[in-house]
Amino acid sequence: MTLDAADVTALIGLCREQIEQHCERLGRLDSAIGDGDHGANMRRGLEAVHRERDAISALPLPAALERIGLVLVMSIGGAAGPLYGTLLMELGRGLATGDDATDFAAILAQAVAAVARRGRSGPGDKTLLDVLYPVQAEIAGHAAPLRIAECARNAAQATEMMLARRGRASYLGARSIGHEDPGASSCALLTTTICLYFKENAPS
Amino acid sequence: MTPARIANVGIVIVSHSPLVAQGAADMVRQMVGDCVPLAWTGGNVEGGLGTHVVGISVAIEAAWSEAGVAIFVDLGGAETNSEMAVEMLGPARAAKVAICNAPLVEGAVVAAAEASGGSPLARVVATAEELSA
Repeated sequence: MTLDAADVTALIGLCREQIEQHCERLGRLDSAIGDGDHGANMRRGLEAVHRERDAISALPLPAALERIGLVLVMSIGGAAGPLYGTLLMELGRGLATGDDATDFAAILAQAVAAVARRGRSGPGDKTLLDVLYPVQAEIAGHAAPLRIAECARNAAQATEMMLARRGRASYLGARSIGHEDPGASSCALLTTTICLYFKENAPS
Repeated sequence: MTPARIANVGIVIVSHSPLVAQGAADMVRQMVGDCVPLAWTGGNVEGGLGTHVVGISVAIEAAWSEAGVAIFVDLGGAETNSEMAVEMLGPARAAKVAICNAPLVEGAVVAAAEASGGSPLARVVATAEELSA
Protein backbone atom coordinates (compact mmCIF):
# COMPACT_ATOMS: atom_id res chain seq x y z
CA MET A 1 0.00 0.00 0.00
CA THR A 2 1.41 3.36 -0.95
CA LEU A 3 0.08 6.85 -0.48
CA ASP A 4 1.39 9.66 -2.64
CA ALA A 5 1.25 13.40 -2.04
CA ALA A 6 -2.15 13.71 -3.73
CA ASP A 7 -3.60 11.01 -1.45
CA VAL A 8 -2.26 12.74 1.66
CA THR A 9 -3.68 16.11 0.54
CA ALA A 10 -7.03 14.51 -0.26
CA LEU A 11 -7.20 12.67 3.07
CA ILE A 12 -6.38 15.83 5.02
CA GLY A 13 -9.17 17.63 3.17
CA LEU A 14 -11.69 14.86 3.79
CA CYS A 15 -10.85 14.51 7.48
CA ARG A 16 -11.16 18.26 7.96
CA GLU A 17 -14.50 18.27 6.14
CA GLN A 18 -15.91 15.42 8.23
CA ILE A 19 -14.79 16.93 11.52
CA GLU A 20 -16.33 20.24 10.46
CA GLN A 21 -19.63 18.51 9.62
CA HIS A 22 -19.70 16.59 12.90
CA CYS A 23 -18.22 19.31 15.10
CA GLU A 24 -21.50 20.09 16.86
CA ARG A 25 -22.31 16.44 17.46
CA LEU A 26 -18.87 15.84 18.99
CA GLY A 27 -19.37 18.89 21.17
CA ARG A 28 -22.75 17.63 22.33
CA LEU A 29 -21.35 14.20 23.18
CA ASP A 30 -18.57 15.88 25.14
CA SER A 31 -21.00 18.23 26.92
CA ALA A 32 -22.90 15.22 28.19
CA ILE A 33 -19.92 13.67 29.98
CA GLY A 34 -17.03 16.15 29.71
CA ASP A 35 -16.26 19.78 29.12
CA GLY A 36 -17.92 20.12 25.72
CA ASP A 37 -14.92 21.29 23.72
CA HIS A 38 -14.02 18.15 21.79
CA GLY A 39 -15.68 19.23 18.53
CA ALA A 40 -14.13 22.69 18.60
CA ASN A 41 -10.75 21.28 19.58
CA MET A 42 -10.75 18.71 16.78
CA ARG A 43 -11.86 21.33 14.28
CA ARG A 44 -9.02 23.62 15.32
CA GLY A 45 -6.57 20.71 14.94
CA LEU A 46 -7.75 19.69 11.49
CA GLU A 47 -7.83 23.33 10.36
CA ALA A 48 -4.20 23.68 11.45
CA VAL A 49 -3.20 20.53 9.55
CA HIS A 50 -5.17 21.71 6.52
CA ARG A 51 -3.34 25.04 6.49
CA GLU A 52 -0.06 23.13 6.25
CA ARG A 53 -1.31 20.50 3.79
CA ASP A 54 0.98 21.47 0.93
CA ALA A 55 4.14 21.34 3.04
CA ILE A 56 2.97 18.13 4.72
CA SER A 57 2.08 16.24 1.56
CA ALA A 58 5.43 17.16 0.02
CA LEU A 59 7.15 15.12 2.75
CA PRO A 60 7.77 11.37 2.55
CA LEU A 61 4.82 9.57 4.23
CA PRO A 62 6.54 8.79 7.57
CA ALA A 63 7.67 12.40 8.00
CA ALA A 64 4.24 13.64 6.87
CA LEU A 65 2.49 11.57 9.55
CA GLU A 66 4.93 12.73 12.20
CA ARG A 67 4.39 16.34 11.17
CA ILE A 68 0.59 15.94 11.26
CA GLY A 69 0.96 14.51 14.77
CA LEU A 70 3.02 17.47 15.91
CA VAL A 71 0.58 19.97 14.41
CA LEU A 72 -2.30 18.19 16.19
CA VAL A 73 -0.43 18.27 19.50
CA MET A 74 0.20 21.97 19.11
CA SER A 75 -3.31 22.91 18.05
CA ILE A 76 -5.97 20.61 19.51
CA GLY A 77 -5.25 21.08 23.20
CA GLY A 78 -7.22 19.11 25.76
CA ALA A 79 -6.25 15.50 26.25
CA ALA A 80 -7.13 14.69 22.64
CA GLY A 81 -4.17 16.67 21.27
CA PRO A 82 -1.48 14.56 22.92
CA LEU A 83 -3.44 11.34 22.25
CA TYR A 84 -4.05 11.86 18.53
CA GLY A 85 -0.62 13.49 18.22
CA THR A 86 1.08 10.49 19.80
CA LEU A 87 -0.78 8.12 17.47
CA LEU A 88 0.32 9.95 14.33
CA MET A 89 3.87 10.67 15.48
CA GLU A 90 4.41 7.04 16.48
CA LEU A 91 2.96 5.82 13.19
CA GLY A 92 5.37 8.08 11.34
CA ARG A 93 8.34 6.95 13.42
CA GLY A 94 7.34 3.32 13.01
CA LEU A 95 7.08 3.63 9.25
CA ALA A 96 10.41 5.46 9.13
CA THR A 97 12.29 2.77 11.00
CA GLY A 98 10.45 -0.31 9.70
CA ASP A 99 11.70 -2.02 6.58
CA ASP A 100 9.42 -3.02 3.73
CA ALA A 101 8.64 -6.32 5.38
CA THR A 102 7.31 -4.64 8.51
CA ASP A 103 3.59 -5.04 8.61
CA PHE A 104 1.55 -1.84 8.91
CA ALA A 105 -0.63 -3.60 11.48
CA ALA A 106 2.41 -4.16 13.69
CA ILE A 107 3.42 -0.50 13.44
CA LEU A 108 -0.15 0.53 14.24
CA ALA A 109 -0.16 -1.79 17.25
CA GLN A 110 2.97 -0.05 18.56
CA ALA A 111 1.41 3.36 17.99
CA VAL A 112 -1.81 2.36 19.77
CA ALA A 113 0.25 1.06 22.67
CA ALA A 114 1.96 4.46 22.85
CA VAL A 115 -1.45 6.16 23.00
CA ALA A 116 -2.43 3.83 25.84
CA ARG A 117 0.73 4.75 27.74
CA ARG A 118 0.17 8.46 27.12
CA GLY A 119 -3.38 8.26 28.45
CA ARG A 120 -2.58 5.58 31.05
CA SER A 121 -5.66 3.79 29.74
CA GLY A 122 -6.58 0.38 28.45
CA PRO A 123 -9.46 -1.48 26.82
CA GLY A 124 -12.90 -0.73 28.23
CA ASP A 125 -12.03 2.61 29.81
CA LYS A 126 -14.41 4.43 27.43
CA THR A 127 -11.80 6.26 25.37
CA LEU A 128 -10.67 6.41 21.76
CA LEU A 129 -8.62 3.29 22.51
CA ASP A 130 -11.87 1.32 22.46
CA VAL A 131 -12.00 2.11 18.73
CA LEU A 132 -8.27 1.84 18.04
CA TYR A 133 -7.86 -1.68 19.46
CA PRO A 134 -10.56 -3.38 17.35
CA VAL A 135 -9.58 -1.37 14.25
CA GLN A 136 -5.99 -2.51 14.65
CA ALA A 137 -7.20 -6.11 15.01
CA GLU A 138 -9.23 -5.84 11.78
CA ILE A 139 -6.25 -4.40 9.92
CA ALA A 140 -4.05 -7.19 11.27
CA GLY A 141 -6.63 -9.62 9.87
CA HIS A 142 -6.42 -7.89 6.46
CA ALA A 143 -10.07 -6.87 6.55
CA ALA A 144 -11.50 -4.85 3.68
CA PRO A 145 -11.86 -1.06 4.19
CA LEU A 146 -15.65 -1.16 4.57
CA ARG A 147 -15.40 -3.85 7.20
CA ILE A 148 -12.85 -1.78 9.14
CA ALA A 149 -15.10 1.27 8.93
CA GLU A 150 -18.08 -0.72 10.21
CA CYS A 151 -15.97 -2.08 13.03
CA ALA A 152 -14.91 1.45 14.02
CA ARG A 153 -18.49 2.73 14.09
CA ASN A 154 -19.71 -0.26 16.13
CA ALA A 155 -16.81 0.10 18.52
CA ALA A 156 -17.59 3.77 19.12
CA GLN A 157 -21.25 2.94 19.74
CA ALA A 158 -20.23 0.23 22.18
CA THR A 159 -18.56 2.86 24.40
CA GLU A 160 -22.07 4.10 25.19
CA MET A 161 -22.60 1.38 27.74
CA MET A 162 -19.13 1.63 29.25
CA LEU A 163 -18.29 3.25 32.56
CA ALA A 164 -15.66 5.97 32.04
CA ARG A 165 -12.48 5.27 33.92
CA ARG A 166 -10.32 8.05 32.47
CA GLY A 167 -10.71 11.73 31.83
CA ARG A 168 -13.31 14.08 33.10
CA ALA A 169 -16.15 11.66 32.32
CA SER A 170 -14.80 9.39 35.05
CA TYR A 171 -15.85 12.00 37.65
CA LEU A 172 -19.46 11.20 36.72
CA GLY A 173 -19.11 7.56 37.71
CA ALA A 174 -22.16 5.52 36.66
CA ARG A 175 -23.75 8.61 35.10
CA SER A 176 -21.16 8.33 32.29
CA ILE A 177 -23.01 5.20 31.13
CA GLY A 178 -25.47 5.83 28.30
CA HIS A 179 -23.36 8.35 26.39
CA GLU A 180 -21.02 7.57 23.51
CA ASP A 181 -17.47 8.68 24.24
CA PRO A 182 -16.62 11.75 22.13
CA GLY A 183 -13.01 10.65 21.59
CA ALA A 184 -14.14 7.23 20.42
CA SER A 185 -16.68 8.95 18.20
CA SER A 186 -14.16 11.27 16.48
CA CYS A 187 -11.78 8.34 16.11
CA ALA A 188 -14.47 6.26 14.38
CA LEU A 189 -15.38 9.21 12.17
CA LEU A 190 -11.78 9.69 11.02
CA THR A 191 -11.22 5.95 10.59
CA THR A 192 -14.37 5.70 8.47
CA THR A 193 -13.33 8.68 6.37
CA ILE A 194 -9.92 7.15 5.66
CA CYS A 195 -11.39 3.71 4.94
CA LEU A 196 -13.94 5.09 2.47
CA TYR A 197 -11.16 6.93 0.66
CA PHE A 198 -9.20 3.68 0.44
CA LYS A 199 -12.20 1.85 -0.91
CA GLU A 200 -12.96 4.52 -3.52
CA ASN A 201 -9.39 4.85 -4.61
CA ALA A 202 -8.38 1.25 -3.98
CA PRO A 203 -4.65 1.68 -3.39
CA SER A 204 -3.12 -1.74 -3.84
CA MET B 1 20.27 42.63 36.10
CA THR B 2 19.21 39.67 38.18
CA PRO B 3 21.30 39.50 41.32
CA ALA B 4 23.52 36.46 41.61
CA ARG B 5 21.85 33.89 43.83
CA ILE B 6 21.70 30.18 44.27
CA ALA B 7 19.51 28.72 41.54
CA ASN B 8 16.27 27.63 43.15
CA VAL B 9 13.86 25.12 41.67
CA GLY B 10 11.31 26.82 39.42
CA ILE B 11 7.53 26.46 39.68
CA VAL B 12 5.08 26.22 36.78
CA ILE B 13 1.31 26.39 37.25
CA VAL B 14 -0.95 24.91 34.56
CA SER B 15 -4.71 25.33 34.82
CA HIS B 16 -7.57 25.15 32.34
CA SER B 17 -8.51 28.60 33.58
CA PRO B 18 -6.15 31.57 33.16
CA LEU B 19 -7.79 33.16 36.22
CA VAL B 20 -7.06 30.12 38.38
CA ALA B 21 -3.48 29.87 37.09
CA GLN B 22 -2.78 33.54 37.65
CA GLY B 23 -4.45 33.52 41.04
CA ALA B 24 -2.41 30.56 42.21
CA ALA B 25 0.74 32.28 40.93
CA ASP B 26 -0.19 35.41 42.90
CA MET B 27 -0.43 33.31 46.05
CA VAL B 28 2.98 31.78 45.37
CA ARG B 29 4.51 35.23 44.83
CA GLN B 30 3.01 36.46 48.08
CA MET B 31 4.72 33.58 49.84
CA VAL B 32 8.17 33.64 48.28
CA GLY B 33 8.53 36.94 46.44
CA ASP B 34 10.83 36.70 43.46
CA CYS B 35 13.37 34.25 44.87
CA VAL B 36 11.76 31.33 43.02
CA PRO B 37 11.39 31.30 39.22
CA LEU B 38 7.65 31.15 38.58
CA ALA B 39 5.42 31.03 35.52
CA TRP B 40 1.78 30.20 34.86
CA THR B 41 -0.29 29.25 31.85
CA GLY B 42 -4.00 28.75 31.50
CA GLY B 43 -6.54 28.52 28.72
CA ASN B 44 -6.51 27.12 25.23
CA VAL B 45 -4.92 28.80 22.21
CA GLU B 46 -8.06 30.88 21.69
CA GLY B 47 -8.16 32.10 25.28
CA GLY B 48 -11.06 29.84 26.32
CA LEU B 49 -10.89 27.25 29.06
CA GLY B 50 -8.35 24.55 28.29
CA THR B 51 -4.64 23.89 28.15
CA HIS B 52 -2.15 23.67 25.32
CA VAL B 53 1.37 22.43 24.79
CA VAL B 54 2.83 25.66 23.44
CA GLY B 55 1.68 27.67 26.44
CA ILE B 56 3.12 25.08 28.80
CA SER B 57 6.43 25.00 26.91
CA VAL B 58 6.70 28.79 27.13
CA ALA B 59 5.95 28.67 30.87
CA ILE B 60 8.61 26.02 31.45
CA GLU B 61 11.17 28.16 29.63
CA ALA B 62 10.15 31.21 31.66
CA ALA B 63 10.55 29.39 34.98
CA TRP B 64 13.58 27.39 33.89
CA SER B 65 16.21 26.70 36.49
CA GLU B 66 19.20 24.42 36.29
CA ALA B 67 18.00 23.09 39.65
CA GLY B 68 14.85 21.88 37.93
CA VAL B 69 11.22 22.81 37.50
CA ALA B 70 8.16 21.48 39.34
CA ILE B 71 4.87 21.64 37.43
CA PHE B 72 1.43 21.79 39.06
CA VAL B 73 -1.63 20.89 37.03
CA ASP B 74 -5.38 20.82 37.57
CA LEU B 75 -7.41 18.39 35.43
CA GLY B 76 -6.58 15.58 32.96
CA GLY B 77 -5.65 17.49 29.82
CA ALA B 78 -3.37 19.79 31.82
CA GLU B 79 -1.36 16.76 32.88
CA THR B 80 -1.30 15.08 29.46
CA ASN B 81 -0.30 18.29 27.70
CA SER B 82 2.36 18.95 30.35
CA GLU B 83 3.83 15.49 29.81
CA MET B 84 3.99 16.21 26.10
CA ALA B 85 5.67 19.59 26.68
CA VAL B 86 8.23 18.02 29.02
CA GLU B 87 9.11 15.30 26.50
CA MET B 88 9.64 17.91 23.84
CA LEU B 89 12.42 19.45 25.96
CA GLY B 90 14.60 16.46 25.09
CA PRO B 91 15.83 13.84 27.58
CA ALA B 92 18.53 15.94 29.27
CA ARG B 93 16.27 18.83 30.24
CA ALA B 94 13.17 16.64 30.71
CA ALA B 95 15.03 14.81 33.47
CA LYS B 96 15.06 18.08 35.42
CA VAL B 97 11.29 18.56 35.27
CA ALA B 98 8.67 16.90 37.45
CA ILE B 99 4.88 16.98 37.14
CA CYS B 100 3.64 16.84 40.70
CA ASN B 101 0.76 14.74 41.94
CA ALA B 102 -0.49 17.43 44.28
CA PRO B 103 -3.32 19.95 44.55
CA LEU B 104 -2.68 22.94 42.30
CA VAL B 105 -2.83 25.84 44.75
CA GLU B 106 -1.62 24.20 47.94
CA GLY B 107 0.99 22.20 46.07
CA ALA B 108 2.46 25.20 44.29
CA VAL B 109 2.61 27.30 47.46
CA VAL B 110 4.17 24.54 49.57
CA ALA B 111 6.62 23.63 46.82
CA ALA B 112 7.64 27.25 46.34
CA ALA B 113 8.26 27.63 50.07
CA GLU B 114 10.45 24.53 49.97
CA ALA B 115 12.21 25.72 46.81
CA SER B 116 12.91 29.14 48.31
CA GLY B 117 15.12 27.46 50.90
CA GLY B 118 17.28 26.00 48.13
CA SER B 119 15.96 22.43 48.35
CA PRO B 120 16.66 20.11 45.42
CA LEU B 121 13.88 19.18 42.99
CA ALA B 122 13.21 15.77 44.57
CA ARG B 123 12.67 17.39 47.96
CA VAL B 124 10.42 20.10 46.53
CA VAL B 125 8.30 17.49 44.75
CA ALA B 126 8.12 15.20 47.78
CA THR B 127 6.99 18.04 50.03
CA ALA B 128 4.19 18.98 47.64
CA GLU B 129 3.14 15.39 47.09
CA GLU B 130 2.82 14.78 50.82
CA LEU B 131 -0.36 16.84 50.52
CA SER B 132 -1.89 14.05 48.42
CA ALA B 133 -0.59 11.21 50.57
